[in-house]
Amino acid sequence: MTEIIQKVKNLSIGFKSKKGEEILILRNITTNVKKGETVGIVGESGSGKSTLALAMMGYVKHGLYTIGGECEFNSSNLLKMKNRDLEKIRGRKIAMIPQNAGQALTPNLKIGYQIDEALQLHSDLKEEEREQKISELLNKVRLPSPETIALRYPHELSGGQQQRVAVAMALAGTPDLLLLDEPTTGLDVTTQAHVLELLNFIAKDTGTSMVYVSHDLGAIAQVSDRIIVMYSGEIVLEGPSRDILKKPIHPYTYGLLKSIPKLSLAGLPQSMPGSQPQPGTMHRGCSFFDRCNFSEEKCKNNSPQLEYLEELNTSVRCFNYKSLMNDNQVNQTVNKIKTSLQDKEILNLSEVSISYARQKLLDQVLNRISDDNPTVKDININIKKGETIALVGESGSGKSTILKSIAGLLRTKGGIIKFDQDRNLSSDLKERDPNDLRIIQLIFQNPDESLNPNHTVEEIIAQPLKLYFGLKGEELKKNIIDLLQKVRLGEFYMSRYPRQLSGGEKQRVAVARAFAAKPDIILCDEVTSALDVSVQAAVLNLLQQLKEDFGTTYIFVSHDLAVVRAISDRVAVLYQGRLCEVGPSKDVYQFPSHPYTEVLLGAVLEPDPDIKPKLVAEDIVEEKPPQKGCSFQGRCSRILGDICKNEVPPWQITNSGNSIRCHIPLKELQKDQIN
Amino acid sequence: MKLDNIYQEEKKSNFAKVSEIIITMASRPSGFIGLSILIFHVVLAFISPYIAPYDFKAINPTLMLQAPSAEYWFGTDDLGRDVFTRTILGGRTALTITFFGSLIALLWGGLLGIFCGLVGGKTDDVVMRIVDAFLSIPWILAMLLIVSLLGTSTEVLIPALGFFYGKGIVRVARAATHDVIAKDFIVSARARGHSNFSIIWNEIIPNVRDSILVEGAMRWSWMLLGFSSLSFLGFGVSPPTPDWGLMISNARGLMSFAYWSVIAPIVGLSSLIIGINLTADAFAKALGIDRSTKAPV
Repeated sequence: MTEIIQKVKNLSIGFKSKKGEEILILRNITTNVKKGETVGIVGESGSGKSTLALAMMGYVKHGLYTIGGECEFNSSNLLKMKNRDLEKIRGRKIAMIPQNAGQALTPNLKIGYQIDEALQLHSDLKEEEREQKISELLNKVRLPSPETIALRYPHELSGGQQQRVAVAMALAGTPDLLLLDEPTTGLDVTTQAHVLELLNFIAKDTGTSMVYVSHDLGAIAQVSDRIIVMYSGEIVLEGPSRDILKKPIHPYTYGLLKSIPKLSLAGLPQSMPGSQPQPGTMHRGCSFFDRCNFSEEKCKNNSPQLEYLEELNTSVRCFNYKSLMNDNQVNQTVNKIKTSLQDKEILNLSEVSISYARQKLLDQVLNRISDDNPTVKDININIKKGETIALVGESGSGKSTILKSIAGLLRTKGGIIKFDQDRNLSSDLKERDPNDLRIIQLIFQNPDESLNPNHTVEEIIAQPLKLYFGLKGEELKKNIIDLLQKVRLGEFYMSRYPRQLSGGEKQRVAVARAFAAKPDIILCDEVTSALDVSVQAAVLNLLQQLKEDFGTTYIFVSHDLAVVRAISDRVAVLYQGRLCEVGPSKDVYQFPSHPYTEVLLGAVLEPDPDIKPKLVAEDIVEEKPPQKGCSFQGRCSRILGDICKNEVPPWQITNSGNSIRCHIPLKELQKDQIN
Repeated sequence: MKLDNIYQEEKKSNFAKVSEIIITMASRPSGFIGLSILIFHVVLAFISPYIAPYDFKAINPTLMLQAPSAEYWFGTDDLGRDVFTRTILGGRTALTITFFGSLIALLWGGLLGIFCGLVGGKTDDVVMRIVDAFLSIPWILAMLLIVSLLGTSTEVLIPALGFFYGKGIVRVARAATHDVIAKDFIVSARARGHSNFSIIWNEIIPNVRDSILVEGAMRWSWMLLGFSSLSFLGFGVSPPTPDWGLMISNARGLMSFAYWSVIAPIVGLSSLIIGINLTADAFAKALGIDRSTKAPV
């Protein structure tokens, strides 16, 4: 049996509420980490997964305290240790890789200096040895030309490179245990796949144990040997990675896996009702009782214990796990999308270009924008009434920029945006008449920011109703209640403030506010990416339902190709503000496709240990679109030569009506992609 | 749908909100001391005309510079006037003028700051440069000029002080607005086509109100000091009105042998300033603006 290096025994961590009640964040956690093993801790926000990971390095957040239990590392309890002793362990024995490396690195110190600092603290190397070690470490995390990287400042690196530097710093002390707290969450899909691959390599190469904390089952599936599923401060399921992902025997994991949209399946995944209970609200019974499809009467009053099943090497906290053991596959049932497509075109974008360039004085005086290489260029899309079109691409691809221009928040440099074929939408918000503003409504990514924290739900939804329809008194109230019911929220939500709502509820309020204007087009800017997976499916289903009821057109921006696949009729792939591929979603997800689409599709992480991401292109980041030629030339693995560098590629149309903008003939494009 | 216990926080009335803030303020020792001093001074300002034992302007040459005694608690000044009477009356004018002065400062500084923060661009540039220019003028010289041209009446002092102490608030309000302005709810309101006025009133003010109020409270204490300096220089209220600045100025030459006539107004003035400062700090903490010492729970 392999050696256990970290033992967590009956750990409970919590805080005292204002009323003096003890509120538990972690409840009686017992687990361990073996040598050379990667353990994935997965759970929704608020499940206590980060608190557990931090406790493993003897750290308890300010305001929280240990109520009971211990975290044993090298047979000493970290939670009882003095700070001085902990300092010797942290960095040398246990290292941490933070979520946002960009914020974790000191902005005014060179990368090499920061790694050297870590080496000085956590190793006994001499100066000459350290120099060599720095390039060795940077090499290990596969950063190009370590000598030049070491001389750069953090802001000169891309997000993925910063994350690699953070990994290098963590490895400086050759730790026995690496704690990773959502290390890839803020990164682009392609970068994320590369970083995960690197972590896998490091785990094998150095034999370091890892604890990988994430909300993303797709990422967890790629790295971990063992998975711990947490819910409401408890471990509900723990076992070998493959078994948990293929045959989850806890209803929560089962539902979670079902609610994740997958590339291979078009249509909306099933949603899980309700949301995780807040800490301190659970008193008796199973914490998952309200949302469980398998619950019985006894689950209401008796809390199940974590039960170890010898034959599966799995621990489960459920009375009814046997009924799930027989139903041994995650048979994903999806709600098929009814398309409500009409032939009428509702929005035409022709030759739209948008520039962020700073205006010169002369241009300012003449009130024009001059920029020969704008951020977004040549956008031609015709959107039909009742359609859901998705704009996909990495960060910096200009997808949100286009949304802003459609909403009138950003002036276009050139081109025309037409509504209903005859109404020209002015590029300036102030020149649009109120009705033009009403027909296009926005839903934002983060409902925490899009709802005024000082307004009640009633006031929030009342705003568009008052502004566009001048409603007052009883009628206003009736309309608000009506809208709340449409987004499946009760009347009693009217007097709540956003801070009293959960993430999913907040997003529903934002959806209700958008629909209050009775718009024709709704722009959805990453509407589900700030939400937990189980809530995401519910919001997607709600949007689909509302679309069927109102015949609204959605323009959906997302970086998540699986979500896009689930909801959209048509997909437009963008790179550096230029269109690469436009087509019906079922065709875009099949080959032949644009080399960039291929890269994106290859990098999607599925919650399945057998589906590994394909890393086609380098994860370098380009800051500016190229002056001429194809926008993807810098990263394309199939570049033909000068033609790609000099000439803008032509649109090629496949048999199924999918337009691809590439110099490579369709037949050849397909050749390699099929495998 | 099931109600979670934690969400059962109902909408509170304004009165309940204010009393909750005051209770939170008073629950810290520093806040309690500050509030007590401030309340003491405000109450004193209201009741002092009725409890003053003597006439504040009654000159009596036979009682010149009497040391404190059972009859004259704080002694008498160089004209034989009772120092106790003059001290308890001396805060009235200062408190009234600076209170209304800070209200004016808060109003114009806050609104202009919010407006600049919202519209940005050239308007913001121009307005802020003008504000900067005014910030660079030594206010006391400018005040002296205004007072000598227009006189020292309350109608002149309140707006003049309000103007000079509002400049700083413009910057604070603008910075607070910048924090809010990038948030999506403002973008959302803009995209819906709300007017600037509606955005300021409905979306921004509720979110910057707290920091501006705290700033206003701090300005009040500074203005009090500034006003007393004016009086000290002889440009504030005119004699024989009892005023701390004026009293300190009159009695400072006699400090070596009649310390009582200068100590009393000094204690009055500094305790009030300390009281306001402590209250403003506690106010900020109660509103959660200073989070450095507070756990996020």
